[in-house]
Amino acid sequence: MTIDVALIIKAIIILLIFGITLLIAMYSTYGERKVAAFMQDRIGPNRAGPFGLLQPLADAVKMFFKEDFIPSQASKWLFILGPCLSMLTALMTSAVIPFGDSVKYESAPGKVWDIPVQAIDVNIGILYVFGVVSLGVYGIMVGGWASNNKFSLLGAIRAASQNISYEISMGLAIIAILMMTGSLSIRHIVEQQHGGNWNIFYQPLGFVIFITCAFAECNRTPFDLPECETELIGGYHTEYSSMKLGFYLFAEYINMFVSSAMISSLYFGGYNYPGMDWVQAQLTGSLGEIAGHNVGTLIGTLVFFAKSLFFVFFYMWVRWTLPRFRYDQLMNLGWKALIPLAMINIILTGGAILFLKPLIVSFLK
Amino acid sequence: MDFSGFLNNLTPATGFFYFLSFLTILTGLMVVLSKNPIHSVLYLIATFFCLSGHYVLLNAQFLAAVNIIVYAGAIMVLFLFVIMFLNLKQEDEESKTNLTKIAAMVTGGTLFLIFVAVFRKTQFGAFNAYSFDSQVGMVESLGEVLYKDYLLPFELASILFLVAMIGAVMLGRREAGDRHF
Repeated sequence: MTIDVALIIKAIIILLIFGITLLIAMYSTYGERKVAAFMQDRIGPNRAGPFGLLQPLADAVKMFFKEDFIPSQASKWLFILGPCLSMLTALMTSAVIPFGDSVKYESAPGKVWDIPVQAIDVNIGILYVFGVVSLGVYGIMVGGWASNNKFSLLGAIRAASQNISYEISMGLAIIAILMMTGSLSIRHIVEQQHGGNWNIFYQPLGFVIFITCAFAECNRTPFDLPECETELIGGYHTEYSSMKLGFYLFAEYINMFVSSAMISSLYFGGYNYPGMDWVQAQLTGSLGEIAGHNVGTLIGTLVFFAKSLFFVFFYMWVRWTLPRFRYDQLMNLGWKALIPLAMINIILTGGAILFLKPLIVSFLK
Repeated sequence: MDFSGFLNNLTPATGFFYFLSFLTILTGLMVVLSKNPIHSVLYLIATFFCLSGHYVLLNAQFLAAVNIIVYAGAIMVLFLFVIMFLNLKQEDEESKTNLTKIAAMVTGGTLFLIFVAVFRKTQFGAFNAYSFDSQVGMVESLGEVLYKDYLLPFELASILFLVAMIGAVMLGRREAGDRHF
């Protein structure tokens, strides 16, 4: 009986993470339009509901009622598989991200369950994310090829080469983080950043490389070459309509949120915030051990979401500020600038761990 | 043992093993049997996923993840990339002569025979479930073995990779005056 309640709490956490990811992705579409409107001195969507808050719902209903069209020369099953793969790989990543510390639950006096606010804590979490991200391009490639349209195919091929190119520097940027933390579990990486010890202060170059690659992997402007409408009509989703198109667009927003969550947990301390210990002590002092811990976890989770949403905003900010790269510029940046920089970053990190750290430690003694 | 008895004795792990093996063989066959090269590549990706499932069953999570990243995530994307380019042209199925078919049958059959012969005589070492180290496939123990016991082979392999990489760059390099297309 007791373990059941613990399992139910875990199930609720998993469902909540899933639901919140979808909700945030949904309202990112609204946010995107509002941010764009603000930057272009317009008002943006304001008809559906107060401040246009029901706009995502209206969009979804519109998507569902559009004609679901499959071109006669298209490869039918792969045409359907494309958006499904995109959505699947986008949703799989959030499973290993630690959204908060842990929820404590006392089933019997003295028997306390400590349930982490995370779907699963695998010890190779970061490799899992990396693997799923590297699969993310299949949805675009399969859909683009199956459409039997040369613009779609060009979009698919661009997406493939772009993803392959930027994955390398992304992996190299992560390796520098792994050298510092010595763990592949994202929860460990977040825990080690406790007390203002954020990785951004040690890895500023790695952070710049990582966020650039994250933009490229999510196919966001300035790297949205696969769907570049001035050259390729709609790129890989030219032939798509109705909710299949909706899935592609929606997967992009989920990817955006998940990569923002990754950035904030790898470089910005995840659910840690300055003065966390003090707040925790105050809460446990006034509310008791378990309730205080849970409220502290809740605050940490909110901080995590605030950080992630800031990066979602950053994605939009960049999209409406910077023009698109040309294709050869994109490739040159990826192969000739980011990869060498990432390698230099690894060497610098290794050197700092070997020489600088003992030097500073001996100096402080 | 009859089939229902076999089903009753199935533990979840062995059941999963049989399911995965069935899926692996099925997708592997589909790689060969599909007419469309794109379908073949997609089935091959599915095969790699099944193999990663086997790695997880063998307690090698790191290998499973690396298999997905390297094979399913990078190499197969390149495969698909190249085949998509080739497929732009009208498909002309080059008819295979009977001689090539017979040669393929003979070589394939010989390989199969060798595998059967090998696995029939193999003695599988039993392991003790109580003294078995469950951490053996984790990245920490893998790193320990790789960087302590097998350091020299590891370094030699990385030199081999470097040579291969430089060779590929040299071969693919554009000579002065060459055009893009």
